[in-house]
Amino acid sequence: MTEVVATNQTILVVGGGISGMTAALEAAETGKQVVLVEKRPYLGGRVSQLHKYFPKLCFPACGLEINQRRAKMNPNLTILTMAEVTGLSGEAGSYTATVKINPRYVNENCTACGECGKAVSAEFPNEFDYGLSKRKGAYLPNTMAHPMRYVIDPAMLGSDEAQKAKDACKYNAIDLDMQDEEISIPCGAVVWATGWKPYDAARIQPYGYDRFSNVITNVEFERMADPSGPTGGRIIRPSDGKEAKNVAFIQCAGSRDRNHLLHCSRICCMATLKQCHYVTDAYADATVSVYYIDIRAIDRFEDFYAKVKAKDNVSFIKSKVASVTQDKEANPVLHGVNTEGYHRYANTHDLVVLAVGMEPSVEAGSFPVPIVINREGFIEPASENGGVFAAGSASDALDVNRSVQHATGAALRAIQVVNRVAGTEG
Amino acid sequence: MSDLNQNMIEKYRNSFLKEVEANVEEGEWVKMCMQCGVCSGSCPLGKHWAHPPQEIFMMIRAGQREAVLSSDAMWMCTSCYNCIVRCPRELPITHIMHGLAHYARRLGLAPKGQPTMAFAQIFWDNMMKAGRVNELKLGLSLYYKDGFVQGIKNSLANMKLGQNMIKAKRMNAVEFFGGHGVKDVSGLQKMIRKAQELEDARIAKYGK
Ligand SMILES: Cc1cc2nc3c(=O)[nH]c(=O)nc-3n(C[C@H](O)[C@H](O)[C@H](O)COP(=O)(O)OP(=O)(O)OC[C@H]3O[C@@H](n4cnc5c(N)ncnc54)[C@H](O)[C@@H]3O)c2cc1C
Ligand code: SF4
Ligand code: SF4
Ligand code: SF4
Ligand code: SF4
Repeated sequence: MTEVVATNQTILVVGGGISGMTAALEAAETGKQVVLVEKRPYLGGRVSQLHKYFPKLCFPACGLEINQRRAKMNPNLTILTMAEVTGLSGEAGSYTATVKINPRYVNENCTACGECGKAVSAEFPNEFDYGLSKRKGAYLPNTMAHPMRYVIDPAMLGSDEAQKAKDACKYNAIDLDMQDEEISIPCGAVVWATGWKPYDAARIQPYGYDRFSNVITNVEFERMADPSGPTGGRIIRPSDGKEAKNVAFIQCAGSRDRNHLLHCSRICCMATLKQCHYVTDAYADATVSVYYIDIRAIDRFEDFYAKVKAKDNVSFIKSKVASVTQDKEANPVLHGVNTEGYHRYANTHDLVVLAVGMEPSVEAGSFPVPIVINREGFIEPASENGGVFAAGSASDALDVNRSVQHATGAALRAIQVVNRVAGTEG
Repeated sequence: MSDLNQNMIEKYRNSFLKEVEANVEEGEWVKMCMQCGVCSGSCPLGKHWAHPPQEIFMMIRAGQREAVLSSDAMWMCTSCYNCIVRCPRELPITHIMHGLAHYARRLGLAPKGQPTMAFAQIFWDNMMKAGRVNELKLGLSLYYKDGFVQGIKNSLANMKLGQNMIKAKRMNAVEFFGGHGVKDVSGLQKMIRKAQELEDARIAKYGK
């Protein structure tokens, strides 16, 4: 049974992405007791799946590493992975949360030696690469995973494969009898940081994501550019593995659209500008085309935009693409009208990247706690939420910088609640 | 040019957008267009027009009254609804196109001899006679609209189509003699006349 020491002066953080980690660490470093609940087997959330960060074009790994070190050093922080909050009762200052913990089948003894992974042959789509690669049934979710511990896929349970994994482990780290458990955690305040998910590109019917293999999404493109990703960092066409040198980006794919997401997702213009670098850095003879309605690179990001715009091999076409078709060589062909001059085009590219937007990861109506959301499904800063405070991209489509600022604010609000509790309890 | 046209120019001096909003069916939607270009890119007829929908909306906002209202563009719309389905702002583009065409015709600015307009008139007159469209007569009036000789040519060119329609019971040769109508033709005609009066009254404030 998982033991968690907690009182109603404890702060519960739900979601261990960059926002949840920030809120948890900020609170724990002021001396508060914090429990962090993360659904995935590791911390870091979607940031861990990015190749580089705008605007500095540095690697997210270094920021995550600093946070992981802070987490390891802090005795006030308890981390539960593969865990989800299923209910919350009570009120600000005295909540009880129920948390469901799914079995990892691997305990603290694991040294991440990798022998179990070698021993099994069963393979599954790799969710870390958005299904672009496969992983074994005994696996390390990613090279930077925290905790650095293997996971046994529950689908293998009861098979020879699971037994093979167990037999291969020299550290007695695999326990196939682990069960899921439900525990209750008292807490005074909750920081809700469950983040975002990419909009389902298959729903944008005219763009053919579900029909054409050389039409991919921006989140998949991040994985493709990563040297530890599915293509070893090579920018290629999924259809034939050939180099993709003539790449098109379609902006607002599913955002700012009453048929899809109502809101502007805010980060996808910058994500595309960053990804233009991936292409031009990879191939000296690359050509990149960005099809856009308007480029929303605000404040200091304007510079970043200006630099990309100055590149000879990147062109900007002011047009929301009407439709995508595919020619005999599986090249995507983009159709539409360039609104600067009203020129009709049918442009052929090697690869098309859809700049899909961000929507809340928790669907409206499936929050396990009472919470006020806006029409886009993001959490509102409403007084009705009591001691539950949204942090990061669960509250809006935010980049990392803004998510982290927002999470720090949420931590402060949570601290105020538990301080009040501490005051009344002496 | 009609007095109505002159009066509208006076009333909406400098704001063609306001004029469109007040007088064109669904015209109040025009300002919602964000110029993304998807409608123009999606329009199957687009390459045959002088101005695809999004350009028309821009021209309205830019106050290009003459150019818009005397344009052939709105008359080219086939009501395929491709644009409406894809417009990220849900503008009823097809209806605005028809609304603009109708308004241009009212003001006497529609291009002379515009074939869609001519057909629409033939369709309307045909329909008003019996309360339903007589396909045979409609086809014939259309073929003969440019005179007898051209009419014979058109009829011969489309003979096969006509024969097939008769075979598939989509058209009946007997309809040439009178043809059948709705039960209460005069009632229908009265209703339409009333609607016409209401619209005329609305617009009479500015016309002669
Ligand atoms: C293509 C693309 C490129 C981007 N590039 C950049 C960039 O270069 N620079 C930049 O600043 N930003 C970038 N962003 C934005 C960046 O990804 C977000 O700002 C960031 O991920 C927000 O972090 P978060 O912690 O709020 O959410 P997330 O990263 O989504 O983390 C949420 C966490 O909560 C967990 N969770 C979800 N539901 C539950 C639940 N019910 N219970 C428990 N845990 C749960 C998830 O597993 C996840 O770990 C990019 C976005 C896209 C789409
Ligand atoms: S579970 Fe055992 S075999 Fe697998 S990585 Fe961990 S220590 Fe190695
Ligand atoms: S950030 Fe750019 S691409 Fe993303 S929705 Fe907004 S305008 Fe469109
Ligand atoms: S699709 Fe809609 S928003 Fe886009 S240009 Fe056409 S009318 Fe305007
Ligand atoms: S409905 Fe008319 S304007 Fe719209 S796409 Fe079809 S033909 Fe073009």
